[in-house]
Amino acid sequence: MAATVDPPRTQTPTPASAPDEPGLERAAEQAESRRGFLIGLPSLLYLVVLFALPLVIVVVYSFATRSRTGRTILADWNLSSYARLFDPLVLEIGLRSLWLALLTTVISLVVGYPFAYYLATRSPRVRGVLLVLVMIPFWSNFLIRTYAWRVILGRDGPFVRFLEPILGTEGQLLFTPFAVVVGLVYGYLPFMILPLYATLERLDFSLVEAARDLHATGWQAFWRVTWPLSRPGVVAGSILVFIPSFGAYVTPEILGGGRTTMIGSYVVRQFLSARDWPFGSALSVAILAVMLVAAVVYFRTRDREA
Amino acid sequence: MSLTDTSGASRPLVADDSVIRPKRGVERLLAGNAWLVFAFLYLPILLLFVLSFNDNRVVGVWTEPSLRWYRAMITDSAVLGALRNSIVVAFISTVVSTILGTAAGLSLERFRYRGQRTYDGLLYLPVIIPDVTMAVMMLLFFVQAFDLLGAMLGVSATFGIGTISLSHIAFNISFVAVVVRARIVGLDPSLEEAAADLYASRWQAFRRVTLPLIAPGVAGGALLALTLSLDEVVITSFVAGPGSTTLPVYVFGLVRRGVTPLINAVSVLMLVGSMLLVLASLLLSRQRNTT
Repeated sequence: MAATVDPPRTQTPTPASAPDEPGLERAAEQAESRRGFLIGLPSLLYLVVLFALPLVIVVVYSFATRSRTGRTILADWNLSSYARLFDPLVLEIGLRSLWLALLTTVISLVVGYPFAYYLATRSPRVRGVLLVLVMIPFWSNFLIRTYAWRVILGRDGPFVRFLEPILGTEGQLLFTPFAVVVGLVYGYLPFMILPLYATLERLDFSLVEAARDLHATGWQAFWRVTWPLSRPGVVAGSILVFIPSFGAYVTPEILGGGRTTMIGSYVVRQFLSARDWPFGSALSVAILAVMLVAAVVYFRTRDREA
Repeated sequence: MSLTDTSGASRPLVADDSVIRPKRGVERLLAGNAWLVFAFLYLPILLLFVLSFNDNRVVGVWTEPSLRWYRAMITDSAVLGALRNSIVVAFISTVVSTILGTAAGLSLERFRYRGQRTYDGLLYLPVIIPDVTMAVMMLLFFVQAFDLLGAMLGVSATFGIGTISLSHIAFNISFVAVVVRARIVGLDPSLEEAAADLYASRWQAFRRVTLPLIAPGVAGGALLALTLSLDEVVITSFVAGPGSTTLPVYVFGLVRRGVTPLINAVSVLMLVGSMLLVLASLLLSRQRNTT
């Protein structure tokens, strides 16, 4: 950034011969860095105490023992909470979360990519309006938007009555994996659309033009030019949808019911009803690990493309 | 995840539009998809609006329009208490996180010092961490902190508005910083230098030049913090004490038990609230583009 090359500014007007006095210049530079650090210090301290430290505490708890009454004993450090991650029941919940999150990501991509492409090829004026229309539900209350689907997919909702000939009278849509995926796509689709739009909007379409001049069909031009160039947006959008879908709690809780437990709900259960804090902490660490892997994939792709 | 720039004025435009515009058949499919997406995004919200005016006790059966459930809402003391808590928490966390987040943004964008990259990474983590994980972190942190306070100082602290506000500030600092930094990046540093050349002190240059220039970013960050704080459910439910639930946490509890017309009315209240905030921030970002 420009700040590194700027001559440091001090209140006392430095003599015009500043370059001749490197010591003075250096001192002023150091004062400037110190000032910058001090400005950032309060927020840094806040984040260390109320974010980094809590993170460490969760890791410490994951090695602790649960007493019979549900209290956590911060002694006898062991790995049994991590061993339990491989219980068939836990694995099933973990795999279901992965599967539903992947499904959500793929559906969002399939729906979101053409949508973002459509947006990016409009005139600037139309683009602005359409983008605002995407943003409005995006910033609206997530819980309420999920609740709306509970009403829609519920027993009295329009879909169940409409689909009764197919589903039968006992059939239901609510509390199924289908409902959860619909809710997740609904909640996180804008996370896919916005980064895709950002890359497609900046895409140099004269390259597509060049491909067409060289007798590529529309389809070939898309696969060989547009798609590879838009990959950073695809990766960014996919990760932004995948991470919150994998750790989702509100959506499976409202739309999934007891049979479609995802890992987020399972973690909450360890804290609020089962009172097994070490195991809940180990699960949280596992979610964090999945998230970090996704983030590393993202940064690697981004750096490679750049 | 910042407010996206809607101007698009600086994009390279191709002279011949017909080449980049897909063929008519494809074009139709794209337009159809776009309309379906908009229907998907808006119909559920619209449905809630309509149903909130339904007089019937059964949500799915329409009888006649009435304001019955809105009247029930404004006389429900649990809803009002939760709403009050939400507003108090949102206010505290927005004010504190706007100040801290703006300072963090200035510090990272305007200065160079060692350890900055680590700080940068730490600042981004709260944005991407799943809310369940953050909720667990906050719960365990406060349990430990209360133990320590009790053992060392004999002070007994409990979960409530204070713990909720502290947790909201922890994630809001990062969101404010992201928005403010986006604004600082586009700023011309020579303006502040010019002020310094005209014998302005550091503070004067900041107060009179930099601050007015980044103000739209700060306001955008503050609105985002306000929205996030008013909407947050998971972390809040972990660190809320008895009698200190916020409106989303209260509604979440009701929703888990089933669908009622009262929830519809409260939902519309919350949707209208957050939509007003979105519109305000979109207007701000528009203003940002014209300056």
